[in-house]
Amino acid sequence: MTSNSKHFGLLVPIISVIIGLIAGAIIMLLSGHNPIEGYAALWAGAFGDSYTIGETIRRSTPLILTGLAVAFAFKTGLFNIGAEGQVIVGWLAAVWIGLAIDAPMIIHLPVAILAGAIAGGLWGFLPGLLKAKLGVHEVIITIMMNYIALHVTNAIIRNVLTDQGTTTEPIAGTASLASEWLQSITFYSRIHYGILIALFAAFIMWFIIERTSYGYELKAVGFNRHASNYAGMNVSKNIILSMVIGGGFAGLAGAMEGLGTYGTISVMSGFTNLGFDGIAVALLGANNAFGVILAGLLFGVLKEGAGEMPTTAGVPTELVDIIIALIIFFVASSYIIRWALSRFKKEGK
Amino acid sequence: MEYAIEMLNIRKEFPGIVANDNITIQLQKGEIHALLGENGAGKSTLMNVLFGLYQPEKGEIRVNGKEVHITNPNIANDLGIGMVHQHFMLVEPFTVTQNIVLGSEPTNKLGKIDLAKARNEIQALSDRYGLQVNPDAKISEISVGMQQRVEILKTLYRGAEVLIFDEPTAVLTPQEIKELIEIMRSLIKEGKSIILITHKLKEIMEVCDRCTVIRKGKGIGTVNVSETNTTDLASLMVGREVSFKTEKIVAQPTDTVLQIKDLYVRDARKVDLVKGLDLEVRAGEIVGIAGVDGNGQSELVEAITGLSKARAGSIKVNNKEISNLSPRKITESGVGHIPQDRHKYGLVLDYTIGENIVLQTYYQKPYSKAKVLSYKEIFDKANKIIEEYDVRTPSVYTKARALSGGNQQKAIIGREVDRSPNLLIATQPTRGLDVGAIEFIHQKLIEERDKGRAILLVSFELDEIINVSDRIAVMFDGKVVANVKPEETNEQELGLLMAGSQVNKAGETSQ
Repeated sequence: MTSNSKHFGLLVPIISVIIGLIAGAIIMLLSGHNPIEGYAALWAGAFGDSYTIGETIRRSTPLILTGLAVAFAFKTGLFNIGAEGQVIVGWLAAVWIGLAIDAPMIIHLPVAILAGAIAGGLWGFLPGLLKAKLGVHEVIITIMMNYIALHVTNAIIRNVLTDQGTTTEPIAGTASLASEWLQSITFYSRIHYGILIALFAAFIMWFIIERTSYGYELKAVGFNRHASNYAGMNVSKNIILSMVIGGGFAGLAGAMEGLGTYGTISVMSGFTNLGFDGIAVALLGANNAFGVILAGLLFGVLKEGAGEMPTTAGVPTELVDIIIALIIFFVASSYIIRWALSRFKKEGK
Repeated sequence: MEYAIEMLNIRKEFPGIVANDNITIQLQKGEIHALLGENGAGKSTLMNVLFGLYQPEKGEIRVNGKEVHITNPNIANDLGIGMVHQHFMLVEPFTVTQNIVLGSEPTNKLGKIDLAKARNEIQALSDRYGLQVNPDAKISEISVGMQQRVEILKTLYRGAEVLIFDEPTAVLTPQEIKELIEIMRSLIKEGKSIILITHKLKEIMEVCDRCTVIRKGKGIGTVNVSETNTTDLASLMVGREVSFKTEKIVAQPTDTVLQIKDLYVRDARKVDLVKGLDLEVRAGEIVGIAGVDGNGQSELVEAITGLSKARAGSIKVNNKEISNLSPRKITESGVGHIPQDRHKYGLVLDYTIGENIVLQTYYQKPYSKAKVLSYKEIFDKANKIIEEYDVRTPSVYTKARALSGGNQQKAIIGREVDRSPNLLIATQPTRGLDVGAIEFIHQKLIEERDKGRAILLVSFELDEIINVSDRIAVMFDGKVVANVKPEETNEQELGLLMAGSQVNKAGETSQ
């Protein structure tokens, strides 16, 4: 029985991805495009040469981290819609440290990364605190916190980090994650060491959740708050801790953008969408650290490859958003797939 | 003989097990027929076959003498079969009338729901069977007993001739049980037939005409209740002799372990439910708290275990004040707690049995070293406990959700007792369990007593209180109103005390 459900757990996302791609092909056909050319362009856009591979990995890095941010909170039964805001404050904090401090790399870089994580964690702390102490629903608060993050960050960039400018100076080289070596082997893509941090973060999440007494408590609180209280666990503390660690992961995602990809932070007219995509990544990855890595990579591939579709195949990039939406739709309605699978199994007997 | 329902030689298989093996049950018109069996004996499967949720591999179902094929619940409904579920299926914010019509709303020609008409019909039905249900009351505002009557009305409103009651008394107070039995009798008077699924033998003796016993999926037979007794029924059900009178030596109480003085506890609405309670439990004795549900028992237990705050007063365990400490501190000072609601408090159902065994100790050595869990130690411990406490589970890696109620309860008891607490609080420890499991749990409580633990037993089952306790404290309106010895009292006297009557020394009662 257990092996069976594990089997299903893996099959559902895979089948959802396949059905999503097929549905995308049908939409391309209906709108007068050649789906084979379209997908060929997508493939070329993601894996065509060393440059695009580098860019694909670069794009996946923050998605893995925001996926972890949502998945981690979900393990405690919390829905962290606030990854978006946590990314933005993490980005700001990392760049700020990158600009403000003079120190050798061995100190400067870790401090800047840590600043991003702490800022994100702080942005998760507040909704966690309100949820734990006053019972305010975390979804409402985290959505509001997203707007606060966006506009406060813009104001700080304009008024503190620049003199009414829109983009900061580039950060000091000692705080940069960029790697000339990685860039040189990927034909000067923007790939940086952040991917290692993302993979390490996934390992950390797995270890905390599955191997430590903290994870045991966090999951217990997520499954059954009453029993956790009965067992002597501090439910409030666990809710706050879960939001802080989740926020920390999202803050790291922001730090990756600030210290790795861009080296600056600019006034944003709207959300980065990294946090919102993180919800989808967590869902597709079944809130499991390893699943989130795979889902984050897939999203990176789809989003990077989409850039090639209009130029080579004349397919609008929005189509990739539709395919992603369809994949999420099928994962979310996994009940249908489970039903079909069990039906298929029965008849196969 | 005319039968309302006949299920003949029913066989139902699931992969790997035969849930029903050649079971026959024949329900005469106008009788109350008990279906008796231990948890997991196949009672629910049999009734699900009757309801069309499962298709039998073999066998035949007849309604009023005619063979029928019930392939879905709607057909069962049309045939006049109604089920009163153990777990009510009611919409809390809706009124009684809205709940009853749900799914078969009466409409006028324009398709508008005619609630007034339904309301009058429901009122008439309620009057006819003496149910005293107010059709306009909201479900969330009526008692559990009333909610059950709404479930009964639901089946009657849909024209049921045969009513199946699934463990109906599990959630009721003694008074409500009496009233339910009256209702069942009036249903029979009006020509209905009833199947009563239960494992409470006393109820069968009191209300049923005949009783069909099943054991491990096999039909054992049908007996006339007037020609049998509880001992015979119990051995038919379990397949061996069962003792009801729990064997025990006289208690040898020593030092005071739990001492409560002038305790006040408020509920969520900030009303005092425990009002100046005094209580003492000594090592080596079982003190039973008797009382009608809602007289402050739950609040008392929550205050001792730290789940609720005490407003005033003192709670001492081994002479150490523990009131308003955190549940963890209280657990660490040697209190074990078998909670009333094992699904809400006792277990994390989505955790494995192994993980549940260390629910209070996971952070201690050897289960955790430097915050890192050692699953080997955890599952080793769990294996020891499931063996010692006869928890029947495929493995310690099975989710707690998958176990039967009796095995879940044994796992909880194993966990709590294994910690060797000085004070063990057991609230409704045998609720919903079958005779075999009840016997086992009572024995374990007495064993722990004999090892010198102080045990506080809270139960609404007077049998259990009288059988197991060495001393009975009767709780009424938030206070202990009487301390009696089990061998010097009986259910009648306890019942009166629980209702707030005073007993003088001559044994007479007065309001």
